[in-house]
Amino acid sequence: MNVIVEREKGLLELEQRIGDLKSLSEQHPEASFTSEIRALEEKCASLQREIFGNLTAWQKVHMARHPMRPRATAFIAALDEFVELHGDRAFRDDAAVIGGVGRLGGRRVMVLAQQKGRDTKENVRRNFGMVHPEGYRKGLRLMRMAEKFALPIITYIDTSGADPGIGAEERGQSEAIAQCILQLTKVRVPVVASVIGEGGSGGALAFGVGDRIIMLEHAIFSIASPEGCAAILWKDASKAEEAAARLKLTAGDLKGLGIIDEIVAEPVGGAHRDVESTVASLLREQGRALDALGVLSIERVLEERYAKYRHIGSWQEENERMVRGAT
Amino acid sequence: MPSVTDWLRGRKRQLERREPGLWVKCPDCGETLYRKDLELNLLVCARCGHHFRMPAVDRIASLIDGEFHEIAADLEPRDPLHWTDVKTYPQKLAADREKSGVIEAVVAGFGSMGGIDVGLAVMDFFFRGGTMGAVVGEKIALLFEESACRGVPAIVCTASGGARMEEGLIALMQMAKTSAALTRLQAARLPYICVLTDPTTGGVSASFAFDADIIIAEPKAVIGFAGRRVIEQTIRQRLPDDFQTAEFLIEHGHADLIVDRHQLKAQLIQLLEIILPGARRREVLA
Ligand SMILES: [Zn+2]
Repeated sequence: MNVIVEREKGLLELEQRIGDLKSLSEQHPEASFTSEIRALEEKCASLQREIFGNLTAWQKVHMARHPMRPRATAFIAALDEFVELHGDRAFRDDAAVIGGVGRLGGRRVMVLAQQKGRDTKENVRRNFGMVHPEGYRKGLRLMRMAEKFALPIITYIDTSGADPGIGAEERGQSEAIAQCILQLTKVRVPVVASVIGEGGSGGALAFGVGDRIIMLEHAIFSIASPEGCAAILWKDASKAEEAAARLKLTAGDLKGLGIIDEIVAEPVGGAHRDVESTVASLLREQGRALDALGVLSIERVLEERYAKYRHIGSWQEENERMVRGAT
Repeated sequence: MPSVTDWLRGRKRQLERREPGLWVKCPDCGETLYRKDLELNLLVCARCGHHFRMPAVDRIASLIDGEFHEIAADLEPRDPLHWTDVKTYPQKLAADREKSGVIEAVVAGFGSMGGIDVGLAVMDFFFRGGTMGAVVGEKIALLFEESACRGVPAIVCTASGGARMEEGLIALMQMAKTSAALTRLQAARLPYICVLTDPTTGGVSASFAFDADIIIAEPKAVIGFAGRRVIEQTIRQRLPDDFQTAEFLIEHGHADLIVDRHQLKAQLIQLLEIILPGARRREVLA
């Protein structure tokens, strides 16, 4: 059960009633429903503030998993051009990953995305956005191609995690993810990663290393699902809500920790309540990031990328005897 | 600064205090083993060859010729998320320090192996299940950078349940940090050999572990991405016993070779001699 979907029910009913009243007043211009409509609209606005005004981490987890949340395809569809490229050249084409070349506001780009389904049929085809090794290897192939043809990489992250199944282990899930992360740390083109929904663990990070990390306001990025974390550390899955708060997985928390660079605001009620404006805002931010990186030499971009990741994490020292790295 | 041999001896003493029992039962064959004999046999069951999990300090002693110069020895984790579950993170760290005799889940440094200078990092499963937080990531990254700087190969022995939950996304990002540092070693065209020991999973297997030039696994070690329980819950069936073992990895083409602990040092030396003929050699004492 999605807590946002539950909370939205009253709101959607209210909106339905406003819509009905509006069409009724069009059909019967002699009867005035203006004051009723205004009252309902005010109620609607206050309900929106109440529901969405200050989302908890747990509510954001559910917002990120909302069944109507825009998927990667919504953003890709808004590019000027896009040609999808399929397959890892070794095993099969993984539909949980969409990759290809295109243009974003005239800029040539390589696109890599994790794609969840919208309905049961699409979810079966896309494996609920859980990527298999061949999906990561398709990504790796396209990262190398991006470098060869000097195409900046943009990625869209939306997965609960890498596929945890027998086939994935047999085909080397660890190695596939490890190679993607390694490639992104050194690829000689700018990389702009955007977390649009769920950023689930290492499976998300495989496409989530870059020069700029952008998050939609209600997206999450986490070391583990709150449910999984609760089961492991509390040995009690019902502690998931508490785990969500402790994990610091919201865009605001992660900007505070210095891990992500930009937060793109969502419309009131979340991205799914106005997909078009959400898509436009994110594409604008991606374009800005690409332009800022585009004026730097690739050596400078790589140096800054190195420094960015090299400095994540802090510790304390008992004394000053430590050996400093070769940075 | 105390000599490194003293350091090793000191750490050994801590370990002896930790487990005072005289006898140990082999989980594989049930044989009762005299602890001293087991330790002399590199924690391998004399009857069935079962490889017990090895503390980092014992592993280092089994691989390095004489002196080991530990780096970043006194880095201690902070509590960036102010984490609490049934205990606070600092409470857990203190308990593990007491239990394991190490202050973090990896010990890294430099020494020689058969006279070849190497960088060596060894993870310790007895500290927080070998999980990787900011300090583990930092020490692994320093090892790669320093090895590149000194022009020596790097060897990492892994034993880890993955990224450390109590440090949240900061821990996950250590996968990227260690990978970034590894690119320095690669750019210097120096070999990196990873020895996967029981268990190696999650964020460690899915980052620097499987990025190695040569991947060695210890017999029957459990190695994989997802935990066995997670997979069983997902597919709703019991997995075969050999699933995610070193032997499974070899069968599916994900590791280069399985090496018994007694042959590990000789095997590493042989590989380094062949792939790095110009490696700096020193006189081997003893
Ligand atoms: Zn035995």
